[in-house]
Amino acid sequence: MSFTRNARRLAILTTACVAVIATRAPAVELSGYVSFDPRVFPGDPLYADQHEMASLSLSAQPELYAEWADGDQSLLFVPFFRYDQQDSRRTHVDVREAFYLMVGDTWELRAGLQKVFWGVTESQHLVDVINQTDAVEDVDGEDKLGQPSVSLALIHDWGVLDLYLLPGFRERTFPGREGRLRPPLYVDTDLTTYESDTEEWHVDWAARWSHTLGAFDLGVSHFSGTNREPGFAPVVTAGGEPVLAPHYSLIDQTGIDAQAITAGWLWKLEVVNRYGDGDRFAALTGGFEYTFANVRDTGIDIGLLGEYLWDERGEDGTSPLEDDLFVATRVALNDVQDTAILAGVMVDRDTQGASGLVEASRRVGEAWKLSLEARAVFGTDAADPLHAFRQDDTFRIDLARYF
Amino acid sequence: MECRCTRRDTSQSPNPFWMGVVFWGLVMAVGVTLTASGQTPEEKGLAIATEANARDIGWGDMSAELRMILRNRNGDENTRHMSTRALEVADDGDKTLVVFKEPRDVKGTAFLSFSHKTGDDDQWLYLPALKRVKRITSRNKSGPFMASEFAYEDISSQEVEKYTYKWLRDDELDGVDCFVIEQYPVDKGSGYTRQVAWIGKAEYRPWKTDFYDRKESLLKTLTYSGYQQYLDKFWRADVMEMVSHQTKKGTRLEWLGYAFGVGLDEGDFNQNSLKRAR
Repeated sequence: MSFTRNARRLAILTTACVAVIATRAPAVELSGYVSFDPRVFPGDPLYADQHEMASLSLSAQPELYAEWADGDQSLLFVPFFRYDQQDSRRTHVDVREAFYLMVGDTWELRAGLQKVFWGVTESQHLVDVINQTDAVEDVDGEDKLGQPSVSLALIHDWGVLDLYLLPGFRERTFPGREGRLRPPLYVDTDLTTYESDTEEWHVDWAARWSHTLGAFDLGVSHFSGTNREPGFAPVVTAGGEPVLAPHYSLIDQTGIDAQAITAGWLWKLEVVNRYGDGDRFAALTGGFEYTFANVRDTGIDIGLLGEYLWDERGEDGTSPLEDDLFVATRVALNDVQDTAILAGVMVDRDTQGASGLVEASRRVGEAWKLSLEARAVFGTDAADPLHAFRQDDTFRIDLARYF
Repeated sequence: MECRCTRRDTSQSPNPFWMGVVFWGLVMAVGVTLTASGQTPEEKGLAIATEANARDIGWGDMSAELRMILRNRNGDENTRHMSTRALEVADDGDKTLVVFKEPRDVKGTAFLSFSHKTGDDDQWLYLPALKRVKRITSRNKSGPFMASEFAYEDISSQEVEKYTYKWLRDDELDGVDCFVIEQYPVDKGSGYTRQVAWIGKAEYRPWKTDFYDRKESLLKTLTYSGYQQYLDKFWRADVMEMVSHQTKKGTRLEWLGYAFGVGLDEGDFNQNSLKRAR
């Protein structure tokens, strides 16, 4: 019932917005991409129902934008579509962004579905807690679902203060029974439970202060509400199937992100302190990025990245990145096609289990882009959460047409 | 006529007697050649650069569209499209925001730069797919901007303090009376040992610059054309053409819709405005 009421409210709001656009009649700008991005899994599947070899896939993300009042007011609408040949759960639709923006001299107001990024590190994003991860898209956690929010940014000499009211929670997406890159048991999102009595309608809030002082960028943030990262309980369904049921707790998380730039070096640190389920713990990511710019006057940039990841909970925590090292290199040819290669490896210091990634991309003509990606897991043992993916080494080809 | 002494420090002692002795001592020792106005070539070079800069003070803020045409050695062309806005900062370098529009896959990517008269510039890049602002190192002065023949140091705001100077001669370039001055980058990270610039005598506008690489060979030449005057004072070239002599590649910058005094202020040049720039 609350859903239908909210749906009706959303419909009224949308109609009102459309009416505003119609009366002001600003030009609507359309852009975006359509992509053919199949994935290939050379290894045999480990679990029942999982598909073999390849899965063809198509995705699209159009973007509609309109502004008026000299750009001080605007509407942005970015839906996302994914079709996956094998995994019915990976076939999904989302609204990445759909918000109204109003800009004043020292403030910005946004209302709608938003995507917000906080932080500085590359290997994981500890302080970045506003959006839910769209985990069926990729295992890297970089794809996010749109978050219902009203936010106010106050921009002053003493820094930027962002205040967020977050009504409505988005559940994390998970691969289906047929999907690869999943744990041995299928995650049944029909059995999701919440700590909050109001379940997904708990109103969360967040605030962040950020400031740049010369060579330093600093951010301090707090989030209070439903954890975006679920815990899992093994349960048996009415049909007798053992599955995993996601559970979302209420948490309070304070985060600090800091960055310093000295010559070719970028020094990065993210620290969080989280309270939830009667427990308090800290976690951090810290490291550097060094760039050899314009190597031998070829125009090529070579970046080296190193980060250390630590979680106080150790092996008992929900994160597999509790005592890990991340090393990567990024090569940008800076040619007309913007050719770039990224290669990295993450090693667990306890188990020596590792995961690796190679990503290469290049523009083709003026409007096409071709990306190739390979991911693999090496040397894991049963104690390592990544062990579940040992047969799921992945090649991904992505040919996108931008418009 | 060649003077190899380097009098890059232009601050002078207030004591005229002491100065006189040291100055004439220097002249006797290394044979400094004075120009007709009683200046050394270095002083005259600096005076020309200072005057050119002075004539460009007070523009306030501006916006323009920029088309960048990349041409390879076979003559094949690729076009880039971006919009730029800039804010003049008194006593420091300008603030600049560049938003990429084409190619389509980088649409929305935006670049914010606070240039400084001395020391490294502050630079940020906004990546729209990740909603992420990344601090970037400004040490990459000699690297290519957007795969073009323009290096980052060529497109960043030109400040008098970034070079030392020497007047070489007066010359006529395509019927325009010019000063020819040599400028030496102060920054060790520069890709150039020197630049030779042709500056028009009448309006102190640049018409041509030759760039010499670290091995002292001629690397590329920039020419300016289609000058227009704005606010009855400030001259801007509609077309800037850079040709590389070593790779035979070229880049043509076409500026469109120059507008001055469009009401921009500090608030239009921060990380928030970078994220919503279009």
